[in-house]
Amino acid sequence: MDFIIQLFTDPVGFYNSHTLLIADIGINSILAASMFVVLYSGQLSLASPGFMAIGAYTSVLMDLHWHTPLALNVAVGTVLAGVVGVVVGLPVLRLRGVFLAIATIGFIEALRLGVILNLPITGEGLGLQNPNADPLGGVNMVLVALVVVVFLLWRLTKGRLGHAWAAIRQDELAALSQGIDVARYKLLAFALSAVLAGFAGGLEAHLNFFVDPGDAQYGVTRAVQILTFAVLGGSGNIFGPVVGALFLTTLPEILRFQGFDYRDIVSGVILIAVIVFRPQGIVARGGLAIVRPRWWPRAQPHASSPG
Amino acid sequence: MGQQLLNAIFIGSIYALFAVGYTLVFGILDILNLAHSAVFMFGAALTYSLVVNHGQSFWVACVLGVAAAGLMGLVIEHVCLRPLRRRRAPPIAALISTIGLALIIVAAIEQGRPGTFFAWLWVDGANSVSFPAGVVPNPTWHVVGLTLEASKVAIIPISIFLMLVLGYVMRYTQVGRGLRAIAENPTAARLLGLDVDRMISLTLVISSALGGLAGILFGVALGDISPYIGRDYVEVRGLAVIVLGGMGSIPGAVAGGYLLGLIEMLVLLVLGSNARAGVAFAALFLMLVLRPQGLFGAQPREKV
Repeated sequence: MDFIIQLFTDPVGFYNSHTLLIADIGINSILAASMFVVLYSGQLSLASPGFMAIGAYTSVLMDLHWHTPLALNVAVGTVLAGVVGVVVGLPVLRLRGVFLAIATIGFIEALRLGVILNLPITGEGLGLQNPNADPLGGVNMVLVALVVVVFLLWRLTKGRLGHAWAAIRQDELAALSQGIDVARYKLLAFALSAVLAGFAGGLEAHLNFFVDPGDAQYGVTRAVQILTFAVLGGSGNIFGPVVGALFLTTLPEILRFQGFDYRDIVSGVILIAVIVFRPQGIVARGGLAIVRPRWWPRAQPHASSPG
Repeated sequence: MGQQLLNAIFIGSIYALFAVGYTLVFGILDILNLAHSAVFMFGAALTYSLVVNHGQSFWVACVLGVAAAGLMGLVIEHVCLRPLRRRRAPPIAALISTIGLALIIVAAIEQGRPGTFFAWLWVDGANSVSFPAGVVPNPTWHVVGLTLEASKVAIIPISIFLMLVLGYVMRYTQVGRGLRAIAENPTAARLLGLDVDRMISLTLVISSALGGLAGILFGVALGDISPYIGRDYVEVRGLAVIVLGGMGSIPGAVAGGYLLGLIEMLVLLVLGSNARAGVAFAALFLMLVLRPQGLFGAQPREKV
């Protein structure tokens, strides 16, 4: 509880003592935004951690070997993630629904276990030391980046592109028959998602002294976590996933009891509750979904007057 | 080489047994049950606890472990699937609710330490444990240069027998016909008087019991039981297996399981152990891109 009280009574002190948490929230929000872009166009892709890894390793390796400035490193990592996004997206986007999800899982794990863990330059299974990281100074940069990303996506979803994505999400065939170039818009969403994930990966690498190729970082576990942000918040608008990331990143801090970590149990319960009772997410219009067991009495409709 | 081949066959049997349950649910409900790997782990962990912490004999623990895994199938159905089916949610919704349940199951085991709420279930936290020597009867034979351990060899006939039984049930019995009818068209099946909810519950129980049994066999044979065996060994490999064999096809899952066991063995021999882990996923990715219906699946129909 101290945690929440401090937030309101002493915001400056809160900011200074929870810098790392705030940076985490920022990174996770950008990742949630990268998930939002694909979900908004009706595709379930779990590829974000793979593109994160590309952004992170590119940026750290450039820094280690060429000592180039941070902005350039992150920019190159982001662009490279986007390029790989297009290359992977072209064949993969013919798949739909669950099949797309499985293919993207195959992509991230093949990249992590097959490539990153086997190349000498990426440190194989040992990860990479990143001596020039700046955990405390990076926070402001992350928050500015988040605001820019959210604003751009908010504008984008209100425009022509956003309408095309929404049309594809609601009914792909109908969108196609309206003359929308479905394949191109889907690829665009996939590539933009890759760009955002690569960007977040590059920023995150700058906040840590160590690039860890673990499952919780660039594997399926991370993908599921990012998906959880978007589902919890709702992917009807960009603010949903950001609120989801904020909520689920802060939750473990609030739930930190002595010796018993409820985090995953609580997020599991929340995830099921949201998808069952509020499928549109917490940041969306509409009430709770009505889920009635068979034995529950049905509300009788009023007898309509004859006429 | 012979020993390697034997290992490939026995690990392939575990993959196949696990994947059969996975693909059964997908074939009938079009839903990817991502809690399946958690049930795999749950079966193994519970059996271990019953033997080591509750002093049961190994065989009693196995039966209880499989039964508990089967019950977990009912939990999946009632908590994750039925409420969504009631309001005709898209299949993606069930993917997410089963992820939620998997998180809960894994976290519950992971939090089991002496003195905590889940201590009755598991006391080793995040550690990896194995059955103490002598608990599991494990005679070992040496035949023509091969070492045959009963715990590993037994997996092969058990898996093949169960998969044949399941194949028989699906093809030739009233229950199997009902399940195939539901897979074809749930609404029509309901109109024809099938109790669709009960049939789906049954599917989940069978699938989860097979998953739990696969977990127990894995735990016994590999001597590695931890909250993460489902996630690390079979979750994504299981996906690779059912994609290789064609989503929803039981014979496909069996063939896919053995195929993945063989591919991994070959990669291990040719490229070394580091590359082994990436292969399943590369195979998965390529298969979906090049031949999404799998080796044995029919051309997917476009539903409009």
